[in-house]
Amino acid sequence: MISPLLNYIRSTQVWNSIFRHGIPRDRRTRVMAVMSNVFLHLHPVAVRKSGIRLSFTWCMGGLTFFLFLAEAISGVLLMFYYRPVVEYAYADIQALRSYVTLGLLREIHRWGAHAMIIAIWLHMMRVFLTGSYKPPREFNWGVGVILLVITMLLSFTGYLLPWDQLAIWAITVGSNMGKATPFLGTGGPLSDMLAIGGVPLVTARSDAAYLLLANTSVGENTLMRFYVLHCIALPLAAATLIAVHFWRIRKDGGISGPL
Amino acid sequence: MLSSMITLAAAAGSSNLEWFKELVNRFSVPEISLPLFFLPLFVLLLVAYKVWTRPLFAGTLLVLFCVFYFGSMAIDENYRAIVMKPDNVPITMMLLGVGFCLWWGFRQAAINDERIKAGQPLIEEDKDDKVLVWPDLVYTELICMVIAATVLIVWSVLLPAPLESPANPAGPPNPSKAPWYFLGLQEMLVYFDPWMAGVVLPGMIITGLIAMPYIDTNPKGNGYYTFAQRKFAITVWLFGFLILWVVLIVFGTFLRGPNWNFFGPFQYWDAHLQVPLTNVNLSELFWGDLLDRPLPANPYVREIVGIVFVFLWICVLPYALARTVMRKMYEQLGSVRFYVMAIHLVVMAMLPLKMVLRWTMHLKYFVNLPEINLNL
Repeated sequence: MISPLLNYIRSTQVWNSIFRHGIPRDRRTRVMAVMSNVFLHLHPVAVRKSGIRLSFTWCMGGLTFFLFLAEAISGVLLMFYYRPVVEYAYADIQALRSYVTLGLLREIHRWGAHAMIIAIWLHMMRVFLTGSYKPPREFNWGVGVILLVITMLLSFTGYLLPWDQLAIWAITVGSNMGKATPFLGTGGPLSDMLAIGGVPLVTARSDAAYLLLANTSVGENTLMRFYVLHCIALPLAAATLIAVHFWRIRKDGGISGPL
Repeated sequence: MLSSMITLAAAAGSSNLEWFKELVNRFSVPEISLPLFFLPLFVLLLVAYKVWTRPLFAGTLLVLFCVFYFGSMAIDENYRAIVMKPDNVPITMMLLGVGFCLWWGFRQAAINDERIKAGQPLIEEDKDDKVLVWPDLVYTELICMVIAATVLIVWSVLLPAPLESPANPAGPPNPSKAPWYFLGLQEMLVYFDPWMAGVVLPGMIITGLIAMPYIDTNPKGNGYYTFAQRKFAITVWLFGFLILWVVLIVFGTFLRGPNWNFFGPFQYWDAHLQVPLTNVNLSELFWGDLLDRPLPANPYVREIVGIVFVFLWICVLPYALARTVMRKMYEQLGSVRFYVMAIHLVVMAMLPLKMVLRWTMHLKYFVNLPEINLNL
């Protein structure tokens, strides 16, 4: 009953226009399935058997990417309900909790973010313990480190958006460190040295913390700045580098293994 | 339901365990638990990796950990409140994840190292054995994705995302904490000023990580689990990750209470606890205690000992290492690679050094120059 129906669907012009190969049952069609699909062709068509064992990769890199996608999707949905303005931000989050059907969005977004950080650390530990950062993969390890930093910044900027006590004070603690940047923070060592003719260049309104907060303390401008960074700038940067990261895995010889 | 079960268990089994709680509280202070528990544990982890990674042994360790970690929730409400705080739940997952993955990696390293010794092929060795991505890899990925999605959804159903009271710029909570994954850095604030703990050290973690593949010229251990062939690299990296990152995060989140005072896991977070500030600067120790003279007026003369010490530590020590204990490594790496490695190493080592001096001599700063905001 079902099988003739499937056979019919697979014989239609519509199906064959989407999938230009038969059912992946023999070697040729299986290779085609990977090569002719824009998403799957991130992979090579064949891989080392030991390289894809779960006990070798722990699947942590893939998990990180999955969580990135989950964050992107739940994040876009959250943007429908949230206004990055001091007057509305907190109330919007409360409303999200009370009025939105199947209101798991914020939970998925928040716990997914924590899980993503853990997954990245474990991915790095795996890559480290297997020595997979060694030549020819040195550069890709560096790309990965930058992705780690971007992920932590994504998490950090997202922390502020609910605009509750946890949010503003966690960000205050974090950004106070910016004030202490050597040379570039008002409270930092040697910042007095940056002056022209006795006029200091590094002041409370021009230092590293001000660049981050768009204010001298966490306020309205900070919320907008973090929102834009969190929803646009950092995800774009991450997506770009993820593309580079994946591309380089293939160019550097695929999943690592004994030379 | 889970919390009511724990409350019940707590009512049943409390009271007699006061001595145990007191012992753990006293033992958990950093000056005791870091050198006498976490450091020996770390050494054992590396020295005895062929023993503890045996499945039965590791399983016993896991059970012991879980009994202590989760069982303690039944006997103490302070500890239960900390562990069950929704934003701390990821830390429990991180600890279990790191522990499990450490075992997974070191188990394979132990097997591989035995095989290398016996001249047998590695677990990962199958050069000609290729499989097609469809179906072998895409199905693994699909299954992982389904499991991950399930876990994430169940986690989200069980645990609502916390939302505290609306932001009040005039009322900081005590303690104010950064997000948990930055708490290793916040914990370093106990020992260093923000310019070090928040800017220089994290900056050097990043530069050190990026530089690592260029510094580590050891051609062995590329693409397979091993410890025996990469002892130095793995020891340094794991010391940084496990002790200076993960353990400090646990201290920062679980054991730092109001005013960033230290509290044992079974201790009530008393906001009025008075801790005497007894820390002294190196300059005070030198001019006052040693020479019995007043502090010189010129700040640079006053801090001369600290300035010389820091100069020696950061600039001369790498050179001395290259000439003595690390001579072989220096010859292998060449000067640029070696000095990049050595400078990162001595800066990283400043943290344990400062910890030890704080615990033994109550040292506050090597160099204390408030005149130019430079305290180290």
